[in-house]
Amino acid sequence: MKALKNYIDKIKPHFEPGGKLSMFQSVFEGFESFLFVPNTTSHSGVHIHDSIDSKRTMTVVIVALLPALLFGMYNVGYQHYLSIGQLAQTSFWSIFLFGFLAVLPKIVVSYVVGLGIEFTAAQIRHHEIQEGFLVSGLLIPMIVPVDTPLWMIAVATAFAVIFAKEVFGGTGMNIFNVALVTRAFLFFAYPSKMSGDEVFIRTSDTFSLGAGNVVEGFSGATPLGQAATHSGGLLQLTDTLGSPLSLSDMFFGLIPGSIGETSTLAILIGAAILLFTGIASWRVMLSVFAGGIVMSLICNWFANPAIYPAAQLSPLTHICLGGFAFAAVFMATDPVTGARTNTGKYIFGFLVGVLAILIRVFNSGYPEGAMLAVLLMNAFAPLIDYFVVEANIRRRLKRAKNLTK
Amino acid sequence: MDHIVKIKKGLDIQLQGAPAPRISEAPSSSLYAIIPDNFMGLTPKIIVKPGDKVLAGTPILHDKSHIDMTVVSPVSGEIVAIERGERRKVMRIIIKPDVNQDALSFGQPSLDSMSGDEVKALLLKSGTFAFITQRPYDIVANPDTTPRDIFVTAFDSAPLAPDYTFILKDEMQHFETGLKALSKLTTGKVYVGVSSKQPVEVKNGTAVIFDGPHPAGNVGVQINHIAPVNKGETVWTMNALDLLFIGRLFDKGCVDFSRTVAVTGSEINQPHYIRSRVGASIDSITHGLVKPAEYERRYISGNVLTGVKTDTDGYLGAIHSQITVIPEGNECNEFLGWASLNPRKYSTSHSYFSWLMGKKKQYAIDARIRGGERAIIMSDEYDRVFPMDIYPEYLIKAIIAFDIDKMESLGIYEIAPEDFALCEFVDTSKLELQKIVRNGLDRLMKEMN
Repeated sequence: MKALKNYIDKIKPHFEPGGKLSMFQSVFEGFESFLFVPNTTSHSGVHIHDSIDSKRTMTVVIVALLPALLFGMYNVGYQHYLSIGQLAQTSFWSIFLFGFLAVLPKIVVSYVVGLGIEFTAAQIRHHEIQEGFLVSGLLIPMIVPVDTPLWMIAVATAFAVIFAKEVFGGTGMNIFNVALVTRAFLFFAYPSKMSGDEVFIRTSDTFSLGAGNVVEGFSGATPLGQAATHSGGLLQLTDTLGSPLSLSDMFFGLIPGSIGETSTLAILIGAAILLFTGIASWRVMLSVFAGGIVMSLICNWFANPAIYPAAQLSPLTHICLGGFAFAAVFMATDPVTGARTNTGKYIFGFLVGVLAILIRVFNSGYPEGAMLAVLLMNAFAPLIDYFVVEANIRRRLKRAKNLTK
Repeated sequence: MDHIVKIKKGLDIQLQGAPAPRISEAPSSSLYAIIPDNFMGLTPKIIVKPGDKVLAGTPILHDKSHIDMTVVSPVSGEIVAIERGERRKVMRIIIKPDVNQDALSFGQPSLDSMSGDEVKALLLKSGTFAFITQRPYDIVANPDTTPRDIFVTAFDSAPLAPDYTFILKDEMQHFETGLKALSKLTTGKVYVGVSSKQPVEVKNGTAVIFDGPHPAGNVGVQINHIAPVNKGETVWTMNALDLLFIGRLFDKGCVDFSRTVAVTGSEINQPHYIRSRVGASIDSITHGLVKPAEYERRYISGNVLTGVKTDTDGYLGAIHSQITVIPEGNECNEFLGWASLNPRKYSTSHSYFSWLMGKKKQYAIDARIRGGERAIIMSDEYDRVFPMDIYPEYLIKAIIAFDIDKMESLGIYEIAPEDFALCEFVDTSKLELQKIVRNGLDRLMKEMN
């Protein structure tokens, strides 16, 4: 480690203003502080600091995402071999490898495009490189269908990082969740590639691995897609081969869907990590689930299932399906774009849950409402906080007025 | 003592080097210094020159706008230097003490028969008034105002702070005299914030008991829970250990600026209390107590959260009763520190593994910032250690934007930089919050007056 540190100290002058590589100063400093914690000591104020910094915070979020990501990779392979009828004779590791190879290019593209823009923006502003995109860059491949073309991910990521983040001032300044803006951009720019029966299961081979033809009776519709297009009679959710799905299938997540969103169990493991470390707010998480449950009960009781088939789904089914749990745990809890006051968090989270189910049930054009619900509430979060803080201000004014009486 | 206030939010940082209840005498300091910067908001006009002989109690400087408000010499001796910094700002006035100490007499003031104005005049003349601060702005109190109330904090909850019960126990008489003097200066009450763990008997004031972690001992927190400051009001605040100077003045008829100083921190051998004097050199107090080591150390006059960085050739700040010595840490180059699994890396969040060590484990934390400055990302981080009815994050943002209306409505008049010290400690974004607040208060004061 000493040799590495000495080497870094040796090449450092080239990157400082006036050096021949000074145009890469931010990038250099980014890597330097990545390798070695800066040993600058405090100049003003407190003389000691807590060990936590934003690198650690983002690392914890990435660790929390890993269960869902790894399960997502396995599920991509599982759904593929199921659809070509070769599941029984394929080993666990082959299934995982298929999914891994299918997902990895998406992760690489998202990071290369996003971090490239971040590095450039940091250099233009002469700022340190900020870590926010490390999380967004992993979220993006997890919330898209597996058959999304890579160039689309590249375009959408670039759009989101530039127009949802950098123009507002970078990490900590954005109004909308960057990963969700990417998803929304894809959804509205290339709707045919973002929904329907074709995109959630890879039926072709990946790097010539797992070639085969789909079995008869195959349907690639996600459970929520089935609910949205269902008409008349009792709704029975099925897997790709037409066998009925139980609640536990949906909970464990061997169902079609966006890459990282299918397993409620894996997401809950991530939630446990985030809550235990205190990185994410339990207030938001809890109230998203509460909002979702309340709204789906209301739909159960009052909505006409003949017109709105998704209204038949029980609250638990709603939570286990689609991106609801993923949005509750990883999207709504983004502290930058969500509500920042504690009271505000309850309101914010509850409304995210309500809106997600509302959109699912009453708008069959959008089978999944969680993404739009979070984005919509991102826009309202400052307003919620405004009223919470205003209450404090009014209390202070009242106190002063009582005094002058 | 009937009123108990429970503070829930806050944080006690467990550090190595808490002082043992034992007092020893410091060798007499070869030089003393008055540091005008210790008296916030006071614009010093120096009225002595090098070579002048002074007694303990002789004025050294006065405030430009209040000529009667003086800062006096803590010892008798000779002025040897007036050190100036940038733009000829006076940094320190150095005094070489006489072998035989002599103090200026202020007669035999009888407190019972004195009016408020007479008390105030005597405090101003004796230099003890400069130890009274005021809210708003957290500056030396303006003697032209009559405070709504006066708040005295009789404990310090900061890390490794001195135990006031221990220091005050031999000086309760001066403490009570001091309270009595303060009660003549206000039409309201004299509140004394007392700790539930280190109780102090109070006769000449209204005691309010506080229970809970730091910052329960911050006078700002106590005011917020007893009777918050509203716009247009002024309250005065004082530390119980500084109040002793006022008490001794009335009891003895002369100033006595001796101080019992807690020498603390992980770099101190056998941390304990040292009897010294305001303005003594750091070396005279810490000499022989600092552990031998190869690496650099940081000497702090005060505690690790609000103290002032100084050096062995520095001096004890006028308002400090504590010296903390910690490792500087600038020689550490931690490889991939953000991925560390080491349970000895202290963090209040569970993202590091220090929670495995339990809550009683004491840490030796060095002065590294441990991260780069970022925009405010995490929410609820400041609120958790900020036990006032104020939204700290919104107030900080208003101060950065310098939006006066917003600052007023969010409670700028109730706070001092020290109230944000814990926020600054836990801050993931590593912002210099105390500096932001101090600059904001200074600018606001200029705008309003």
